[in-house]
Amino acid sequence: MSGEKILTVDDLRVGFATEDGVVQAVDGVSVDLAEGEILAIVGESGSGKSVTAQTITGLTRATNARITGSITYRGRQLAGLDDDELRDVRGEQIAMVFQDPMSSLNPVYRVGDQITEMIHAHRDVSKQQARERAVELLDSVGIPNAERRVRSYPHEFSGGMRQRVMIAMALALEPAMLIADEPTTALDVTVQAQILRLLDQLNRDRDLAVILITHDLGVVAEVADRVMVMYAGQIVEDGTLDEIFYDPRHPYTWGLLGSLTRLDQPHTGRLPQISGSPPSLLDPPPGCRFAPRCPHVFDKCSEMPPLESDSGDTHLDRCWLSLEQKEAAR
Amino acid sequence: MKGDPLLQVTDLVKHFPIRSGIVIDREVARVRAVDGVSLTLNEGETLGLVGESGCGKSTLCRAILQLTPPTSGSVTFLGEELVGRSRRELRPVRRQMQMIFQDPFASLNPRKRVGQIVGDPLDLHGIARGADLKRRVQDLLDRVGLRPEHYNRYPHEFSGGQRQRIGIARALALQPKLIVADEPVSALDVSVQAQIINLLKDLQDEFGLSYLFVAHDLGVVRHVSDRVAVMYLGKIVEKSGTEGLYRKPHHPYSNALLSAVPIPDPKLNAARERLVLEGDPPSPIDPPPGCSFHTRCPWCTEVCSTEEPLLVEHESDHVAACHHPRNLTEPASSAV
Repeated sequence: MSGEKILTVDDLRVGFATEDGVVQAVDGVSVDLAEGEILAIVGESGSGKSVTAQTITGLTRATNARITGSITYRGRQLAGLDDDELRDVRGEQIAMVFQDPMSSLNPVYRVGDQITEMIHAHRDVSKQQARERAVELLDSVGIPNAERRVRSYPHEFSGGMRQRVMIAMALALEPAMLIADEPTTALDVTVQAQILRLLDQLNRDRDLAVILITHDLGVVAEVADRVMVMYAGQIVEDGTLDEIFYDPRHPYTWGLLGSLTRLDQPHTGRLPQISGSPPSLLDPPPGCRFAPRCPHVFDKCSEMPPLESDSGDTHLDRCWLSLEQKEAAR
Repeated sequence: MKGDPLLQVTDLVKHFPIRSGIVIDREVARVRAVDGVSLTLNEGETLGLVGESGCGKSTLCRAILQLTPPTSGSVTFLGEELVGRSRRELRPVRRQMQMIFQDPFASLNPRKRVGQIVGDPLDLHGIARGADLKRRVQDLLDRVGLRPEHYNRYPHEFSGGQRQRIGIARALALQPKLIVADEPVSALDVSVQAQIINLLKDLQDEFGLSYLFVAHDLGVVRHVSDRVAVMYLGKIVEKSGTEGLYRKPHHPYSNALLSAVPIPDPKLNAARERLVLEGDPPSPIDPPPGCSFHTRCPWCTEVCSTEEPLLVEHESDHVAACHHPRNLTEPASSAV
């Protein structure tokens, strides 16, 4: 599972200058991804998880964006490259799948043409070969009658099928890594289960590394190897799947896990909730960003806690409580 | 059961005709969005309605509230028939039944202030005016967890969860008996979801509300509902008390829905047996003959493609429309 590191993001900061000041959407995020690993980035809307993913592939190009930090893919620095230079990384090495399969396909072109266009842009192949490759790809992501379906338009597919088309397109150039930004959020549970199974299968068959961005901890439990929890532009906890679910160390992670309506546990009267709402990223609290909502807050929380391990291993968290206090409070 | 039937839906049908032809306009097909649904909702009770997108949940809600005229069938609310009434005749009843919508961004008029949005129902029904209106609106805002100062703000100044609270305050303004909530929490983050669910429960206890709660998230539905109905392709395929359905789902579709929900516990998730449905639901324009689920059902036999199963009570207060129901404790003698 854990091979060589292919992607290293170090101290990534993305700010957007607005009339009211700088919105620091991503504030010092570091990510490592190993070959064949599935890393889930979990967080609520506005926590900066999508901006992180988009910045990795050079898609954050708003003129008011201020990006610092380094993004290294197999030893090559990606931060600061322009579109031409990024072309042989994007699609070739790192592919991306987005949340909304309805709007990420062009409605006026046949899906086959959209896939072959991408193949032609990167590879010197004949029309016939590109077409065959498109059929093969659609077939590999489980679209029945691929031979016939390459001639269909996006509106002729259901949401789940469109997401499969998007995944097929992402795989066209056999990338080593896929960034999936909320790939199942717009889908029904039954279809979600199909897509997750497909991702899992691709990960195993092709050794595809995946960064899965989601807000659904159920989805995470299903496929991820490692989990990062994001809150207000920062990573607040980073651990393996089992560490996050069975030994969570940050009060925000406790809150997230606690507020789920779960089918595997008996029905309880009231759902535990995290009161309040996330801070504005224009003017975040000076210390721990979760402090205003945290039930375990104490005086030290006015200082920003570092992302480090209490137990000296790879399970990191950003909280001042000691390990014993955490175990007692959880 | 908590009380008397508040809402009784019998054999409700809503078909949308598909027309074609320029000179001779004729109906070539119909979308069977809601195809013979019967439901009962008692006072003070919550009925959960689950199903995939496109199964007719939202159309059913709209047909119940007479926001779209049903093709046939009957809806009685507090003993009064609603189908076939004119808008004017419906007005007094509308006070008693309100709706909360899925999208907190699209369901609030961006050009109106919160005070107007929440106060308009009171004004339109001639219940309150002027200072009295303002006081009532501020009470409502307070009740749903907003601050009275929010009265003069615009919707864009609020987060998703706060907007959903505004939508709830608007629905509560007329002190209705029934609230139809169409996916009220599916656009919200988990932590906010929990806040809104808790709020809806508190309001139910306080005002004795009944909810028809539509959602595709089975976890949420289980949490809020007393009874649950599962819908597939315009029809109810299973109806039961909540724990009955979750513990012993009879219909294969309910089984599949439950098994598709990811459980936030890696070990349990890996250990449990999953039933992953292949394919997509068939088109409601041309539903399959017999049982409409037979094209995706792993337990399908010959009878399923020819004979439509009826809703049969396999256990007390637990009906399912299936020829081969699952998880029965005793053999069902009445199953045809």
